Amino acid sequence: MRLLFALILSLASGSMSAAPVLSVTEVAPGVYVHLGVHELPDTKNHGAIANIGFIVGERCVAVIDTGGNPRQGKSLKLAIEHTTSKPVCYVINTHVHPDHIYGNKAFKAPGVQFVGHQKLARAMATRGLYYIDKAADQLDVKLTADDIIPPDIAVKDHLDLDLGGRTLKLTAHRAAHTDNDLTVYDERTDTLWISDLLFIEHLPVIDGSLKGWLAELKTLESHAYKTVIPGHGPIVTDWPKSMQPEKAYLEMLLTEIRDMIKQGKYMEEAVETVGYSARGQWRLFDEFHRKNVTTAFAELEWEN
Amino acid sequence: MKIETIKSWILVLLLAPALALAANDDADWTNKLKDQYFAGKSIEESSDVIEIDAPYRAEDPALVPIKIVSKVPQTRDSYIKKILVLVDKNPFPFVGEFEFTPESGKADLAMRIRVNTYSNIRAIAEMNDGRLIMTKKFVKASGGCSAPIGADLDAAMQRLGKMKFRLDDGAKIGEPTQAQLLISHPNITGMQMDQVTRFVKKSHFIKEMRISFNDKPILTAKTDIAISADPNFRFYFVPDKAGVLKAEVADTSCESPTSRDACTAGNSFSETYTLNP
Repeated sequence: MRLLFALILSLASGSMSAAPVLSVTEVAPGVYVHLGVHELPDTKNHGAIANIGFIVGERCVAVIDTGGNPRQGKSLKLAIEHTTSKPVCYVINTHVHPDHIYGNKAFKAPGVQFVGHQKLARAMATRGLYYIDKAADQLDVKLTADDIIPPDIAVKDHLDLDLGGRTLKLTAHRAAHTDNDLTVYDERTDTLWISDLLFIEHLPVIDGSLKGWLAELKTLESHAYKTVIPGHGPIVTDWPKSMQPEKAYLEMLLTEIRDMIKQGKYMEEAVETVGYSARGQWRLFDEFHRKNVTTAFAELEWEN
Repeated sequence: MKIETIKSWILVLLLAPALALAANDDADWTNKLKDQYFAGKSIEESSDVIEIDAPYRAEDPALVPIKIVSKVPQTRDSYIKKILVLVDKNPFPFVGEFEFTPESGKADLAMRIRVNTYSNIRAIAEMNDGRLIMTKKFVKASGGCSAPIGADLDAAMQRLGKMKFRLDDGAKIGEPTQAQLLISHPNITGMQMDQVTRFVKKSHFIKEMRISFNDKPILTAKTDIAISADPNFRFYFVPDKAGVLKAEVADTSCESPTSRDACTAGNSFSETYTLNP
């Protein structure tokens, strides 16, 4: 009996066994990225789908997004420990979505400051309960309110973070992918960690403002960057070329939905007809497109 | 055992939970809601008077477009007086109670609602002679009531109370004319609160709506948190001549998302549309 009990215990702990070291690639000197997968968050991938990583300075390390579940956060922490002996000083959350913030707790320690958009804390608070419920149902991940860690430092417009000999320039954007998007620019390597303002291959997902997103892309497009790190998809070295499919998709939504509203068509009709010409060009189109049309329609019907 | 027999057993085993689930779909109605709203009354179940049009699977549980389609005209002698809409398994099942008149022309109503879990959406029509007819539609959705308040909360708060009418199909004197009323309001459920960060939002929603044409009521409604952010209604009325379509709405704020015992009256908003067909 005791043996059986021990066996059950060991089986149970098997699923909880120590997190593996997360695979990361150095995409620019001192800039490390783990590339995610183009999948819906589910009970198999447990929400670990986004590009996440870290940047190493002379003094300390900034984590940029922590992963889709607490275990991935631990794996990322191990990857950092394998890469450098420097301590983590900042954890930057690029926005509120679960695949970017659920690993936060792994980094909670004295000396670590969490950084986010001015509206990130509110978004975490308003979505927190919903997210915790969903994590159990959809990701098979047990979360508590302790896993949702709001920023210690809120970025209103711009903020410089000094990692020792390396300055990260943070920009808080207007409502675009979400209403709390933050990008990180590493001066030393001319790298923009743009996160979910850029989707490649994976259909862009609108959870903020279609018009705002297009406006932000317009601004970002006028800059040159050596390397750009999207939230989903491969590393970009030909900015702004790789961004064009996303821009074209969003512009198409804007044009077609505006046209439907002008014609007096309803959301239900727009969901059935708008944007299907892009279907073959994107992964997860069927999973997110109708939701995008719904969100964009609700925004655009208030124009004028 | 023959392969076929085994197959049929497997089928039974696979189907059993599904059948049990289906049987339970009406439990909330039978055990609770029926008595709460229609104690002692008999209700006919039929889709001959009204029918619900809704997506089987909701793209966005916080914004599920549904349409109640009436099968009978609104005449002086016989008309649908009232339609109660419930989502059985929502934390607060009451979506709204909508009153029509012969001037409505057609008791059709389209709106966007929140659906919290796999549930029946139920509409019960009360005819002017008191007859009650119920129809329902099953929808798969999840999390609609605690879902994020909206993609861009600040934009929603800034235009709170703004309204507009749209009559896209034009209007004809003496015929049922469709109008759309858009109300900008976050319609906060109060279920988005988070005690940990002490960000507590009380529910804050449109509780009543009166739409009239030349001061004759055409749609009067009591509504609640199951109406999506930026409430959007499409309904009919019969203009007898040129005139003014008017909407008056009022919101409220309640301490609890699921109780209406402690609420404070909010603001009133109105909008008019001059019709010159």
